[in-house]
Amino acid sequence: MDIAEKEEAIVSEFEFMEDWLDKYQLIIDKGNENEGIDPKYKTDQYLIEGCQSKVWIFAEYKEGKVYYQGESNTDIVGGIVSMLVQVLSGETPDDILAAKLDFIEKIGLKEHLSPTRSNGMLAMIKQMRLYAMVFKEKFEG
Amino acid sequence: MQYNLDDIRSQFPILDTQVYGQPLVYLDNAATTQKPRCVVQKIEDNYFKENANVHRGVHFLSQVATEAHEAARETVRQFINARAAHEVIFTRGTTESINLVASSFGRSQCHDGDEIIVSQMEHHSNIVPWQLLADIRDVKLRVLPFDASGTLQVDQLEGMINEHTRLISVTQVSNTLGTVNPVKQIIGIAHAHGIPVLVDGAQSVPHIKVDVQDLDADFFAFSGHKIYGPTGIGVLYGKEDWLDKLPPYQGGGDMIDRVTFEHTTYAKLPFKFEAGTPDFIGSTALAEALRFVSSVGIDNIAAHEHDLVSYATQQLKLIEGMRIFGEAEHKSSCISFLVGNIHPYDMGTILDKLGIAVRTGHHCAQPVMDAFGVDGMVRASFAMYNTRQEVDKLVAGVERVTKMFNRKKK
Repeated sequence: MDIAEKEEAIVSEFEFMEDWLDKYQLIIDKGNENEGIDPKYKTDQYLIEGCQSKVWIFAEYKEGKVYYQGESNTDIVGGIVSMLVQVLSGETPDDILAAKLDFIEKIGLKEHLSPTRSNGMLAMIKQMRLYAMVFKEKFEG
Repeated sequence: MQYNLDDIRSQFPILDTQVYGQPLVYLDNAATTQKPRCVVQKIEDNYFKENANVHRGVHFLSQVATEAHEAARETVRQFINARAAHEVIFTRGTTESINLVASSFGRSQCHDGDEIIVSQMEHHSNIVPWQLLADIRDVKLRVLPFDASGTLQVDQLEGMINEHTRLISVTQVSNTLGTVNPVKQIIGIAHAHGIPVLVDGAQSVPHIKVDVQDLDADFFAFSGHKIYGPTGIGVLYGKEDWLDKLPPYQGGGDMIDRVTFEHTTYAKLPFKFEAGTPDFIGSTALAEALRFVSSVGIDNIAAHEHDLVSYATQQLKLIEGMRIFGEAEHKSSCISFLVGNIHPYDMGTILDKLGIAVRTGHHCAQPVMDAFGVDGMVRASFAMYNTRQEVDKLVAGVERVTKMFNRKKK
C-alpha cells in the first residue's frame, strides 16, 4: 500500500462511525496498537513539547526508506501519532514529502491540528517531514 | 429570598448554546464568567448614548461620561467596602493590578536584600511580577507552603518573617485548589511586624463577600471578567496612605497635574495611577455587573456554589480512581481532579464532545502542579448559574470517559 492507500484505508475505517465517542474510541484503540517509541529515544532530544501534551518522535533511514517511531503521553494525540507513523513509515523521503496527510481532516480530527490546541501535533508533522528532508539530503543528495 | 435559578439563567443567553448538538455545560468559570444581558446592554448604551472621553471636555457628553465613570468607582467602593472612592484604581485586571504594585511599590520601597513572601498556591500573575522586580532590585521570593490537603501552612508564616520582609502577596482563593485562605489572619500577623499585604482577589470576589476594611488589606486586586463583567477592566484597591506614598506606574495623560519639559507634578488619587484614557466603558459595565451580583446577593451565590461544590465532590468521589486535588476545610468555587492515569487533555477533549467545558492543563499555576507531581489537572469551576443537573452531566461524562480509557492500559 502506498501512502494514499493507507490514508484511504484509515478514512474508510472511520467512515461508519457516526457517534463522536465511537470515533474517539477508535483513535484510542489505534494508540494502543502502536508499539510506541524505543525507551532509549524517549528523551528530551526527541521530545516535541506542546502546552497540553508531549510527543516523542524518532526516525531512521534504511535502504531508501524512512522508519518512524512515535509516542505521546496522551491517548488521543497518541492515537493520531500512531496513525501518522503507520501511514508514513516504510516510505521513501520523496513520497513522504509529497504526502497530503489529509486523512486527519477527513476523519474529523482537524481541530487537533489547530495551533491553539497547543498539543504538539503540528510541530510533530513538521518534524516527520524534516526527517525525510534531512535523510534525502544526506543519503540521496 | 428564594434563589431562582431559572430567572438567573435566563439573564445569560449564552447558556442556551448547543455544542456539538449537546446543551452547553459551562464549568470554566474560574477562567472567565459569562455575561448577563444587563452588562452587555450597558456597554451598548454607553457607546450609543454616553460615549465621550472623560475628565477632559466641558461639553455635555463628556460630563455625562465622566460622571458615569466616577459613579462606577463609587459602586466598586461600596462593593468591596473601601473607605474612599479614590482608593479604587481602575486597571486592566488582576494581573495589571499586581504588576502595578510590584513596579511602584518595588521601585520605591524595596532595597537589595529585601524579601517578598508569596504562597505556594499563587497563579503565575502573582509570581512573575515579583521575579521581574528581582531584575532591578536584588529581591528574593519566599514561599509559604501548603499541606497535602491544599491548606496554607499559616503557622509557618511567623517564622518566615524577618527584618528583610517588605511585602506579603497572597491569593484569597486558589484558582486550582479552591482553598479559601485565612487572609485576615495573615494580614494580622503581617501587620504585627509592620508589613503590608497585597491580596489577590481574582477568585474570591465573585464567590464570597469581601470587605477590604474588615480584612485590613493594604492592597486588593480583582478582575471584572471573572465577576460577570467585561474583559479588560479590573481593580486595584489600595489604602490611601500607601497609594499616596507610591510613585506612578505609567506616565501619560490624565495622571498629571502640570507638565513642563523639566518637571512634571502628578495628579491626585486615583488619577495618579490611571495614565491615558481610562476604560470608562468597561468601568461602568463592571459597575453594572456588581449591581447584578448584589441584586442576586453574594451570600446567596456563595451558598448556592457551596452546594454545587459539595455535591460535585461527593459524586465525583464515587468514581473509581478519582483523585481530587485540594480538600481544604474552606473551599470555594472549583474542583481539580484526575482519574487514574487518564491525561487531562484526553479527559477534556471527550468532555468537550459531550458539551461540557472544563479547563485542562496547569491552570497557570505550575508550582501547584509540581507540588502534587502532576503535569496538569482537570478543573470544573462554578458560577451562580450552574445547576445540580449540570454537575450530574459532568459526573456522567467523567464516568463515560473513564470507561473509554480504562478498556486498555498497557
